Amino acid sequence: MELIQQLINGVSLGSIYALIALGYTMVYGIVKLINFAHGDVFMVGSFVGFYSITVLDLSFVPALLIAMSVCALFGVLIERIAYKPLRNATRIAALITAIGVSLLIEYGFIYVRGAQPEAYPNDVLPTDKFDIFGVSVNSQSILIFGVAVVLMIILQIIVHKTKIGKAMRAVSFDADAAKLMGINVNNTISATFAIGSALAGAAGVIFGIYYIKIEPLMGVLPGLKAFVAAVLGGIGIIPGAMVGGLLLGVIEALVSAAGYSLWRDAVAFVVLILILIFMPQGLFGKNKKEKV
Amino acid sequence: MTTIKRAKGFWLSISLSLIFFAIVQVLIGGGSLNPFYQNTLMFIGINIILAASLHLIIGITGQFSIGHAGFLAVGAYASAVMTMKLNMPFTVALIVGGLAAAIAGLIIGIPSLRLKGDYLAIATLGFGEIVRIVLLNIDYVGGASGMQVSHLTTWPWVFASVLVTIIVIRNFTSSTHGRACISIREDETAADSMGINTTYYKVVAFAIGAFFAGIAGALYAHNFYIIQPSNFGFLKSFDILILVVLGGLGSLSGAVLAAVLLTVVTTFLQDYPETRMIIYSLVLIVMMLYRPQGLMGTKEITSMFKRKGGSSHGNKNTAA
Repeated sequence: MELIQQLINGVSLGSIYALIALGYTMVYGIVKLINFAHGDVFMVGSFVGFYSITVLDLSFVPALLIAMSVCALFGVLIERIAYKPLRNATRIAALITAIGVSLLIEYGFIYVRGAQPEAYPNDVLPTDKFDIFGVSVNSQSILIFGVAVVLMIILQIIVHKTKIGKAMRAVSFDADAAKLMGINVNNTISATFAIGSALAGAAGVIFGIYYIKIEPLMGVLPGLKAFVAAVLGGIGIIPGAMVGGLLLGVIEALVSAAGYSLWRDAVAFVVLILILIFMPQGLFGKNKKEKV
Repeated sequence: MTTIKRAKGFWLSISLSLIFFAIVQVLIGGGSLNPFYQNTLMFIGINIILAASLHLIIGITGQFSIGHAGFLAVGAYASAVMTMKLNMPFTVALIVGGLAAAIAGLIIGIPSLRLKGDYLAIATLGFGEIVRIVLLNIDYVGGASGMQVSHLTTWPWVFASVLVTIIVIRNFTSSTHGRACISIREDETAADSMGINTTYYKVVAFAIGAFFAGIAGALYAHNFYIIQPSNFGFLKSFDILILVVLGGLGSLSGAVLAAVLLTVVTTFLQDYPETRMIIYSLVLIVMMLYRPQGLMGTKEITSMFKRKGGSSHGNKNTAA
């Protein structure tokens, strides 16, 4: 029963990873850039959610929506200011810029606000416990999982049923050809950043409610792990990011359950290195041959 | 002809640096350099070694590694174990620190250097984190509370290490092996098809870079009184990365200059860590937007003193 308990914890954590990983994978799919600042968008979302709940006295859903829209705007802003001028630069230059943006957000935030942590109020979502076949399940983890699933379904609908989704898939397949077909590549890339960042913002609010404590550097480790999740599922592939996130969350929970909770953070990176060596295309990816 | 000229320049820089060493040594001995300046000097030296070693990996071989703090940590802990637990002399600790880091470089290098670009960056970042977490969980080296280390790093040690690092990396770069590494940086596929064993050279560059990072780690540990795993997080890796990026990817003298410059800036901003990080990040962003090749590009400082005709020879062969 202990095992099932841990699995449920793992799925809750994994759905947070999955939401962040979606942003990574969408941005990577479309501009081939590891957006290091994505973890910090997650942090900003968490704080926006916190302030909407405590200062504006809102309930969960409005706070979630505010955090998502602020993050969407923030993501577009980052893309327009820092990444757009570098679209034709080398990959390394873009990567270094992304690291720079990430550090700037973190320490700019600390500079403005201070480094002290905040605690989410614990009455945002009902915390009833109920038993299912002898396993006590927190209603919070079910709600969190539910929110994540709903957001992922909405994302799937956007990507596969709407015009902007079609444009996103086209640009990610071949940006030049998409441009020739009359697709506004710049707007499409901005839309991708907006959607990815909104999902990270939602993940931030969920994280705050589930783990209570938030602080300005909280985005670094979940950000990196979410990237691992994206690679695990096959970077650039949306269902891959979801599965990868959930899988990573479950693996971490199982490692904790086995009594190695101090090693938990290392596991994600070991998984990353193993997957990169043995299966660099990820679980869902196709093997690409290198052309000269 | 050029060989003689180059040798002349080489001995000139060696004697100039020895004179600099002697002056500082006399100043320290005479007590006119207070501990604050001495400490800054040590830090400059350690950062020069780190910048030069990462320069070999990123600037010369073109392998974007952002886990350099991992090698620093391995060197620091290995040397600290040598002096504090096994009562070995500092010389042994220094070499063991370097060798341990080089072995770590081989272990991570052989599998992960099959990766390219972004993936390699993330894998090395992951490696650095793994090292930190492993150290955090080993009680023998004190876990999270760290390890007490006696202060053994002195100016002659730092100076000698810096000199050896720069000479080795400079000579490696201008050797056949170095040219092979540069060809990998320029175009790996082309280098491969020209018969260069790219994996071998990447691993060699990685191991040498890691070795010197380990030496820097040994000096760092014995300059600090205490080492903790939290000193070697990925922020430390970024601190080293910015030295190479600012100096110019591919310029040894640029890396050295950036190390000197940023260490001085860091010392002045010691009480304002946030401001320091904001400046660092802005430097990274603005640099990539307006001058992605870094301050020096791939040029070396000595090539500025040469006439145009001669500079084509000296471009990548001269030390600062």
